[in-house]
Amino acid sequence: MRSGRPSAFSLFARNQLAAFGAGLLAVIVLLVILTPLLPLQDPAATDPVNRLLRPLAEESHLLGTDHLGRDILSRLLWGTGVSLLVGLSATAVAALFGSTIGILAGFFGGRADTLLMRGIDMLMAFPYILLALAIVAALGPGLLNALFAIAIVNIPFFARNIRGVTLGLARREFIDAARLSGKSNLSILLTEVLPNVLPVIVITVSTTVGWMILETAGLSFLGLGAQPPDADLGSMLGEGRKLLITAPHVSVIPGVMIFLVVMSINLLGDGIRDLLDPRLKSGALARPAPMTEVKRQGQNRSAAGGPVPAENDGVLAVQGLQTQFRMGGDVYRAVNDVSFAIKANECLGLVGESGSGKSVTALSLLGLVATPPGVIVGGRVLLQGRDLLGLDAAGLRAVRGNDVAYIFQDPLTTLHPLFTIGDQIAEAIRSHKPVSYKEAWASAVKLLDAVRIPNAAGRASAYPHELSGGMRQRVSIAMSLANDPSLLIADEPTTALDVTVQAQVLKLLDRLRDDTDASLLFITHDFGVVSEVCHRVAVMYAGRIVEIGPTAQVLAAPAHPYTERLIACVPRLGEPGRRLEAIPGLPPAVNDLPPGCAFAERCPHAEDACRQGEIALDTLDAGHAVRCIKPRRGAA
Amino acid sequence: MLAYTLKRLAFAVPVLLGLTVIVFLIMAMIPGDPATAILGSYATPENVERLNRQLGLDRSLVEQYFVWLGNLLQGDFGRSYNLNRPVIDEVLERFSATLVLAGAALLLCSVFGLLAGVVSAVRQYGWTDRIVTFFVLIGISIPSFWLGLLLVLTFAVTWRVFPASGMFAIYGGGDLPDLLRHLTLPAITLAVVATGVIARLTRAAMLEVLRQDYIRTARAKGVSERRVIYRHAFKAALVSVIPVIGVQAGFVLGGAVYIETVFQWPGIGRMLVTAISTRDLLLVQGGVLVVAASYVLFNLLTDLLQHLVDPRLRT
Repeated sequence: MRSGRPSAFSLFARNQLAAFGAGLLAVIVLLVILTPLLPLQDPAATDPVNRLLRPLAEESHLLGTDHLGRDILSRLLWGTGVSLLVGLSATAVAALFGSTIGILAGFFGGRADTLLMRGIDMLMAFPYILLALAIVAALGPGLLNALFAIAIVNIPFFARNIRGVTLGLARREFIDAARLSGKSNLSILLTEVLPNVLPVIVITVSTTVGWMILETAGLSFLGLGAQPPDADLGSMLGEGRKLLITAPHVSVIPGVMIFLVVMSINLLGDGIRDLLDPRLKSGALARPAPMTEVKRQGQNRSAAGGPVPAENDGVLAVQGLQTQFRMGGDVYRAVNDVSFAIKANECLGLVGESGSGKSVTALSLLGLVATPPGVIVGGRVLLQGRDLLGLDAAGLRAVRGNDVAYIFQDPLTTLHPLFTIGDQIAEAIRSHKPVSYKEAWASAVKLLDAVRIPNAAGRASAYPHELSGGMRQRVSIAMSLANDPSLLIADEPTTALDVTVQAQVLKLLDRLRDDTDASLLFITHDFGVVSEVCHRVAVMYAGRIVEIGPTAQVLAAPAHPYTERLIACVPRLGEPGRRLEAIPGLPPAVNDLPPGCAFAERCPHAEDACRQGEIALDTLDAGHAVRCIKPRRGAA
Repeated sequence: MLAYTLKRLAFAVPVLLGLTVIVFLIMAMIPGDPATAILGSYATPENVERLNRQLGLDRSLVEQYFVWLGNLLQGDFGRSYNLNRPVIDEVLERFSATLVLAGAALLLCSVFGLLAGVVSAVRQYGWTDRIVTFFVLIGISIPSFWLGLLLVLTFAVTWRVFPASGMFAIYGGGDLPDLLRHLTLPAITLAVVATGVIARLTRAAMLEVLRQDYIRTARAKGVSERRVIYRHAFKAALVSVIPVIGVQAGFVLGGAVYIETVFQWPGIGRMLVTAISTRDLLLVQGGVLVVAASYVLFNLLTDLLQHLVDPRLRT
C-alpha cells in the first residue's frame, strides 16, 4: 500500500519546488539588476580577432564570444534583462486590458457581456501565435510591436477567466448590499469586485507570464522582434542558429537562459496557484486507493466493552469497527467502536444525523472509504464468519457486488454518466460471472423488469440522465441485485426522491428483501422511513451507536435522550398540533470529542457524571441496549 | 448526430466571417498609403488619388471589406508580387506540408500526453508520477525552437541518425520512408509542449474523476481496478481532455512557425515568416486566413468528437 498521506509530502515537495523556482528567479533578477554595475565588457563591442571563442577558453570571455567577437556573458545578461522586461510588460498589458474586459463583461452582463465576449471568442478562434504574426506583419518587425502582439493574443485568457469569476460575484449578496447602500458602479467595482477577483488575476498572470516570455523570445528568434543592435535572448538564439554546427555554444547558452527563466517562473506559478487554490491545500485531489487502508492495532480491542454480537449465526457481524480520517495533524474518529449484527433476511436500520458516521460505517464494511484520508484502525467485519477486513484487494473485489451489494444515495452522481444503464448492470454481472456480454445484457433487462421499470428492454439502452430520479434509483437497486447478494446495503436510497416515489421505492426494497431472502442494512436519517421497513434499528451519534433495539420498542419507548429527540423530529399524520422540535446545538466535531457522553452538551437531562469517563452500552432488556447513564425509562 | 453536425457547421460561419473581419482590420491598420507606396513619394496628388480610386481605397472601409470578402469567396486571394503567382496556390501548397507536420505532432502529443497523464494519475506520488511531472515541467518550459536546435545538433550533426532539414532528400527521396525520416525530429519537437500540457491536464482530470461517486459505485460492483481506471475513469476524463486537445491543435499549428524555420520545413509557417520580412502582405493575409479557417474546422471536429463521447450533450 502506498502511503496514506498525500498532502503532507506532496505539498511539501511542491513548496520545495516553488521555493527553488523563486530562488532561481531571484538570482536571475538580481543579476539583471546588477548588470550595469558588474565589470562586464560592452555588449556591443565587436572584436573580430577574437570571434567565436569557446566558453572558458579565455579569462576575459567566460562564456566565449559570438561571430562578431562580442562577449557572450555580457550580451546574455543584458539580453535577459530585455527579455524579462518585454515579457513582464506584455503580461501587464494583457492583464490590464483582459481583466478590465472580463470584469466589465461579468459585472454588467447582458448585451455588453455578449458583445465583449463575442469579440474575445473571435480572437481565440485564431491559433495563438498566428494572430501575433499577423499583428507584427501589419505593424512591422520590432521589439515593441512584438510586445503588443503577444499582449493582444493573451488578452482572451484574462478576459475569460476574470469574467467567469466576476459573473459569480455579481450575483452575491454583498454586491447587492453595496448597491442598496447607494454606492456607484465604479466604486463597487473597485472596492468589492476587484479585491475578490485579484487572486484569479494573480493565478492567470503566474500561469501566462512564462508563456509570454517564451513567445516574445520566439518572435525575436524569427527575426520579428528585437532588431540589431538591440538584442534579447530570442534574437541571440536566432543569430547563433546560423553557426549551429561550427559554434553551438552561441545558440545553446541563450537557450539555457530562456529555459531557466521560464522554468523558474512556472515553478513559482504552480506554487502560487496551490497557495491560492484552497482545494489543493486539503489534499482533496488525492487519488482514492482501490480499497480503504486497514491498520488494526491490537485485534478486538473493544474499548467500551459493548455487547459483541452473540455468535456468527447472522449474515453479518461487525465488531468494534473503528474508521478514522486523518487530515493534516487531525484525526477524525468517524466510526468509533461500532458493533452490530444482522440476521438472515433481517432489515437493520442505521439512523443518525449527517456526520454521525452511519455512511462511513456502511462504506467501511467493504473497504470503500476513500484512502486517503480514511483508515480503518480496528474491528472486524464478519460476513458469514469470514473477516472482510483481512482480505486483500482481489479477495475484497470478489465479495463486492457479489455477496454484498450497495445501493447508493442520489443515483445521478453514483451511476456512470457515459454508459447506458444496461451496460452498467451487465458489467456488474460480468465482474463475477463468466457470461457473454449478450447474456449479461439479457439478465440486465430481466433485473430492470424485476424492479418495475416499464419497457425494460428499451430502457436498458438509456443513459442515466435520460431517466427520472425514481427510475434511476430503481436502476441502482436492479444493479445491486445483479448477483443475488446475501446482504444489501442501502445508503439513504430515498433521500433524493419526492415523497410518493419514496414510498414506492421503500415498498420495492421491502418486497425484494422478502423475495430474495437477502438481509438489508438500511441507512437513513428519517425515523419515519425506519418504522416502515426495519426490524431493528441502531441509532448513531458522533461515531458511536447510542441505542440499538427492535424498531417497535425503540419507537414506542426510546431510552436515549438523543433517540427521543430524533423521534420527536418526525411529523406524524393526524397530529397537526404536535410541536416539531429541532435539537438545539450541533453534534461535536469528531476530531475533538469531549470525555463522557458526546450528546451531553445538547442533552436537557445531562449532569456532571455524563461528562466523565466512558459511558458503556448497557443492555436494558433482550436485544435493547443504550449508551446512557440515565436512560429515559427504568430498565425493565 | 447529423442534425448536430449541420448546426455546428452553421455556427462556424459567423466565426469564419469574424476571422475575415479581424484579418481585414489588421491589414487596414498598416501605416502608410498604398498608392504612395506604389507610386513613390514623388507622385503628384492627382495620380495618387486616381490610383486610390482604381484600388477602391476611396470607398468606405465597410464597402472595401465586402469587395475584399467577395473576392475571397471566389478564391481570389490576390497575387504575391515576390513569388509572382496567385496567393491561394502558394498557400495551399505550403499548407499541405504544414498539415503533415502538425498532424504528426498532434498524434504524438495526444497519444503520449494521454498515456503519461493516466499513468501519472494512477501512480500518484509514486516514482513514475514524479518522473512524468519532471518531464512535463521541462516540456512546458523549454523553448521549442531551442529544443529543435539541440535535437539537430545531437541526432543530425553528431550522430547523423536523422536528416537536419527539409521534407524530402534532394536526391533519390520522395517516398514515405524518406518523409518519415525527415518528419521525426520536427514532429517530436513540435509535440513536446503540447504533450506536457495534455499530460498535466489528463492527470488532473483523472484525479478529479477518480474521486467521483460513480467510480466508488464501480468499485462497489466489484469491477477490477484496471477496468475502473481504463474504462470508467478514462472515458470520463476524456470528456474534459478533448477540448484541451482542440486548444493544443491551435498551439501546434502556431508553433509550426518556429519548427518549420528551424528544420527548413517547406510549410506555411516558414512562408509567413519570409513573407513578413519581405512585406509580402497579401501572402501573409492569405496564409493567416487559411490556417485560422482550418483551426476553426478542427475545433468543430473536436466538438463532434466530444459529442460522441458524452451522451449528456446529445439531448
